[in-house]
Parts: sequence; C-alpha cells; structure tokens
Amino acid sequence: MGSGAQSKRVDMTGALRDAGFTGLIAFGVLLPLIGFLTGVDGSNQLVLTTRWPLLFAVVAIIAACRFLYCFALMPWLARRAQRPAPSPTQASFSLKLRGALARWFIPSAIGFFVAYPLIIYFAIGTSGGQKWIDNFGIQILIYVMLGWGLNIVVGLAGLLDLGYVAFYAVGAYSYALLAKTFGLSFWILLPLAGVLSSFWGILLGFPVLRLRGDYLAIVTLAFGEIIRLILINWVALTNGYAGIISIPRPTFFGIPFNANDDGFAATFGLSYSPLYRVIFLYYLILALALLTCFVTVRLRRLPIGRAWEALREDEIACRSLGINTTNTKLTAFAMGAMFAGFAGSFFAAREAFISPESFTFIESATILAIVVLGGMGSQIGVVIAAIVMIGGTEILRELDFLKTIFGPTFDPTQYRMLLFGFAMVVIMIWRPRGLISMREPSVFLKERKAIAADLVKQGRG
Amino acid sequence: MDSARDGSTVLRVEHLTMRFGGLVAIDNLSFDVKRGTITALIGPNGAGKTTVFNCITGFYKPTEGRIALQRGDAAVWGSLESLTDSGKRGVVRADGALYLLERMPDFLVAQQARVARTFQNIRLFPGMTVLENLLVAQHNPLMLASGYTFLGVLGFPSYASAERAALDKARGWLERFGLIERADDPAGVLPYGAQRRLEIARAMCTEPVLLCLDEPAAGLNPRESAELNELLLAIRDEFAVSILLIEHDMSVVMGISDHVVVLDYGVKIADGAPEAVRNDAKVIAAYLGVADDEVAKVEAEVGL
Repeated sequence: MGSGAQSKRVDMTGALRDAGFTGLIAFGVLLPLIGFLTGVDGSNQLVLTTRWPLLFAVVAIIAACRFLYCFALMPWLARRAQRPAPSPTQASFSLKLRGALARWFIPSAIGFFVAYPLIIYFAIGTSGGQKWIDNFGIQILIYVMLGWGLNIVVGLAGLLDLGYVAFYAVGAYSYALLAKTFGLSFWILLPLAGVLSSFWGILLGFPVLRLRGDYLAIVTLAFGEIIRLILINWVALTNGYAGIISIPRPTFFGIPFNANDDGFAATFGLSYSPLYRVIFLYYLILALALLTCFVTVRLRRLPIGRAWEALREDEIACRSLGINTTNTKLTAFAMGAMFAGFAGSFFAAREAFISPESFTFIESATILAIVVLGGMGSQIGVVIAAIVMIGGTEILRELDFLKTIFGPTFDPTQYRMLLFGFAMVVIMIWRPRGLISMREPSVFLKERKAIAADLVKQGRG
Repeated sequence: MDSARDGSTVLRVEHLTMRFGGLVAIDNLSFDVKRGTITALIGPNGAGKTTVFNCITGFYKPTEGRIALQRGDAAVWGSLESLTDSGKRGVVRADGALYLLERMPDFLVAQQARVARTFQNIRLFPGMTVLENLLVAQHNPLMLASGYTFLGVLGFPSYASAERAALDKARGWLERFGLIERADDPAGVLPYGAQRRLEIARAMCTEPVLLCLDEPAAGLNPRESAELNELLLAIRDEFAVSILLIEHDMSVVMGISDHVVVLDYGVKIADGAPEAVRNDAKVIAAYLGVADDEVAKVEAEVGL
C-alpha cells in the first residue's frame, strides 16, 4: 500500500517535470509563431504587436495535455497491453464478424451511393439538395476515382508518383480544348482524354524507368509542375492563368440540361431545375468510379496485376522469371494516368471552367494522402479515406454555428490543414500502414487468407 | 522435348571474361554443360561463381566471351558461327533453337532461352501467397492467354481455362515439393527450407531448359539437403532439365553432380567428374591451402 502511494507520487512528479519541459519547448516554438504578430498600420508602416495571453494559453493547454498523457493515459495503455490476448473463441467470433461485414459492407455501400441523390432529394428538396449532391457526392466521388487510379501505380506497382495531378490536368484540358475547338461531344472525348492521358503516362514512364524511391518521387513531382507551368505559360493554347471558360456541358444522350423547349426538363415533362444536371453528373462520376474499381479488381486477378504486385515485391526476381519489367511499369503508369484522364475530362465538363489553379501540387498530395491513409492497395480504404478527407473539408464549411461560440470572425475552414495534419499523425501512430492494411490474395486453392501488412512490401520506387 | 542424356551440349561458355573496373572477376573461363546432367560450379568464397551465373542469366553483360544455349535438335549447333557473325540474338528453327545469352537482356534469357535461376539470398515475393508466386512464374503464357490483358478484362473463357491449367501446374509442383499445405500462406512466413524449395518450384514453373541454382542447400539441415538431392535428381531425370548449381555443401556436390567445374579467383582450376576433382591437387590447395609437405617450406619463407 505504502509502496503504491510512493510510486504514484513519483509518477506525479515525473509527469509534472515532463509537462514542464513540454511547455518550455512549446513556448520556444510558438514564441515567434503566436507570440508576435506583424501587421501594417494606417500609415503603411510595419508594426509588431505581441499576443502574450494567447501564447500563454496555448502553452498551458499543451503542457496540461502532456501532463494528462503521462499521468493518466500512459499507465492505462501499459495496463491494457499487459492484459492477456483474446481467447481463440473470441478471435474466431471477431473473424466471423469481419467476414459478415465484408460480405454485406460492399453491396450496401454501393447501394447507398446509388440511392444517395434520391435520399438527399426527398430529405432536403431541390434548393438545398444541390449543394449536398454537388459539393459532397460528386466531389468525394472524383477523389475516390482518382485514389483508385493512383492506387494502381502506388499501391499495386509500388511506384511512388507525386505528380499524379498532371494526368488529371491533361484529361481536363484535352476535353476543354477539343470540345471548344472542334465541338466534339463529351462521350467521344471521354475515352479520347483517357487515351491522351495514358500516352503522357507512358511518356513520363520512360525517363523514370531506372529511378527508384526518392529519385522517382522527385522526378514525378517535377513532371507535375512542368505540366502546370506549361498550362500557365502557353497562353496561346491554354489562355494561361485566366483558364478556359464556358466549356460545353455533357448532355443526356444529346438532350441538353437547360430551360429551353428541347431541354431535359421539357422533354420529360418536368419543371426546369438545375438539380437534374447535378444528379446526372453524380451518376456519371459514380459509373466512372465503379468502372475504375471494376477494372482494377479485374486486373489484380490477371497476369498483369500479379506482375505489378510482384514488381512491388521484388523487381530482380521478376526479371529472372522472364517478366518484362519495362512494359510492366509502363502499363501501370498508363493505366493510372488513363483513369486520371477520365476524371479530368469529367471535372472540366462539370465545372465548365478550368485553370491551372485546379492542378497544383496540393491536389497530388491530397490524392496520395487518400491512398496512403486508406491503406496502399486497398479499394475500400480509398473510399473511406476520400470520404474523411474530402467530406471533412466540406463539412468544415457547414460549421457556422461555431461562430456563435468563437465570435463572428471565426472561420472553421481555416483549420482544414491543421485537422488534416492531426488526422495524419493519429493514423500514422495508430495504423502506420493505413486504415485497411491487409492484402487479399488474388487467387487461392482452399482458403482465402488475408496477408498481414508487415509481410507486404511497399515497393522501392 | 528430348529427354535423352545423349551427351550433347546444352550450354557452352567460351572465353568468358568479366571485369569490374580493374578487378577481373572471371578470367577466360570456358566450360560446357551437357544435356540432362547436373553440373556443379564450386570454388572458395569470392571465386566468381555468382558472377558466372549473372553473366549466363543476363543480369551482367560479360566484358568478353560467348555463352551459347541450345535446345531441341543438337544439329542447330552447326549454325553457331553464322549466328555469331550475324549479330542476332538467336536462331529459332522448327526442330531446335540456339541463343547467344550474352546478347540478351535478363528477362529474355528467361523468357526465350528458358534459363531459370534462383538466388543466393532467397528472392521470393514475400507478401504474395505461395500459389501466387507460382502463377507469377507463368506470367508469359498467361499473358498470351489473356490476350495481353484485353480479353482477360472482358472475361473471355479462353483465359479462364488457361488459368485453371496454370493452377493445376502450380498444384503439381507444390505437391512434389511438399508445399501443398502452405499453398494459401504468404511466402514470407514459410520456414527457411520451404522458402528454398519454393524458389526452385517457382523456377521450374517457367519450364526451363537450364536451371541455375545458386547455393540451393545453404542453410538446410542434413535431412533437408538429402531431400533436396532427391528432388534435383528427380527434376533432372523426369523433366530433362539440365542443372547448373553453385554449392558449398560437398554432400550435395559429390552426391548428385555428374560434372564439377572449380573456380578460384575467376580462373578455372579443374573440370571433370566429381571423383577426379576431389583428388585434384590444385583444388585441394585452393580449398585447404598448400599440401602438408610444403608447409615447412612456406613457414621458412615467412620466417616462422
């Protein structure tokens, strides 16, 4: 009893000391960041103001959190780790539960995505519903599709691509320029944009064939920037920063979505509403995303998909088995780029306006973050990560009620990156290989056993 | 395929030299591998054995020399000189084929000339199942059956039947190598000996003419290496595969090889039947140092 109290007291002083150090470090780091604020006064002079109360408040919060972590959370985690492992019956129960989840989860998720516009339409109505279908549904599905496309390159073939947005841009500009110049329809240009993008994917693939790891990442990053800079500077073709406006919208098999007599609403005897176009676009991107998923799942079970995964596992062994690694890498780049091209042409058709601003590095980083957070190679993980990352951003715009707490100048969207960073840190501590890190074998003799993440290589490229 | 051990040559290495900068790893090495035999390549550490393998399998481009591989009718050897002069990689006739391996990139050596290899430090696909490892080895025929992916994506039945055949073949090799119980486990969790066997099974799935094994018995216990001997003899006899192996385990080398080539510092010091090589004075000197009666002389020179 006495010794217990003793150790508790030691814990207390240890935690206090730790919290003190953390507070000191936080003070040092935050002094220039929060403590000082530079601004411009009325006579256009630079002035330095100090924000001591805010600084000390933040430092105090950090120190308190550290104290709680050392004093309460760490002993609790240690106690939990000492607890015996679950018995076999429990384990088999959780395995059964997982099996049932896997069986029901995918069909019900697809069902939900199909029914989503109708749910919104009947729950909210035409006026408010548009925002939820457009900003949430379509936006998330674009990123799901891009994540699935990048998953082929990063997750399956193990080639780290930091310039994926370049192919998205090629698809978008292909559609915009060809539709405006030649008046070709969306349905012709959609495959064409995919072909052009995959052509650029192969073009990028050639110089980077011999590169691996960091070097590959840097060259693909540069490629993304080159494409963006060309879009900015080749004003004669792309109209530079100003972008391309009034890009033709996709039609419903030739019937445009407008208020005219030959428009969609009039043809089907409905009263005109912009919602119909939004719902049409929603189903379009849903179909494109499901196509991406279907093709990827199929490819994984074909020799090319196994060769991609084998390439990620061991390139030299692949070559010793007669696999042409050059072609295998190029097809991975081409496939990934093709789906980005589809998504890009959809993006141009949906927005009716594109500019180089839409294709910055942060887009590549977001798509890569979705793939990594979801678990490299996992299709479902990408969906969950896209909903969290993109949906989360959009949700922040809806949190107006926070203004009543923090005052009218509070803007929740400004904390987007902070929350992203926080989510990243949490995921990387909790699940370093992503949300869904198990690998499903592509073929089996008796029993399909999931493969633990620590056996699966991440690729060296 | 001709299964006869007719004494004809399947692989001919001539004047092979490999230099890395100033280092001569292999110096003017010539030897033959006879069809349907097991040839062992032995020598002390650093003798250049793995470099020879890397030259044969296309992972290195030799500095000098010719490496010719023949399959089918031995008469095709007659066109060796004309093939060398033509600058082409190989000549394929209806009854046989001849390839110059030093002119081919690594994957073509495996794909066209049908030379399969294993590695000194095992190179499996650890995150893929045992079965998947064997299917990756059948990539090229399956790729053809899937119509270079296009027919496969569209779900044509020709691919499904090709995949069933590939699975049957994989199952056959797994049963032969005693790995069938582990077929659905990831290759990375297999015990060491099983990983070695899996790597050989994977190489055999490519239907090789010549199988190059880099220290297949390394790290195996005596019982396992005895089983390996049985397996290699069975492969040689049933599948008409010629085997070239690097090995330090003398029970394997002397137990199963028909022919032994000894390398020391990149130079061939002996070439012949196992018995003859075992008693060769140069080989004994290379492995054990100089002979007993010379020890005193050497010590005197060094000043002991």
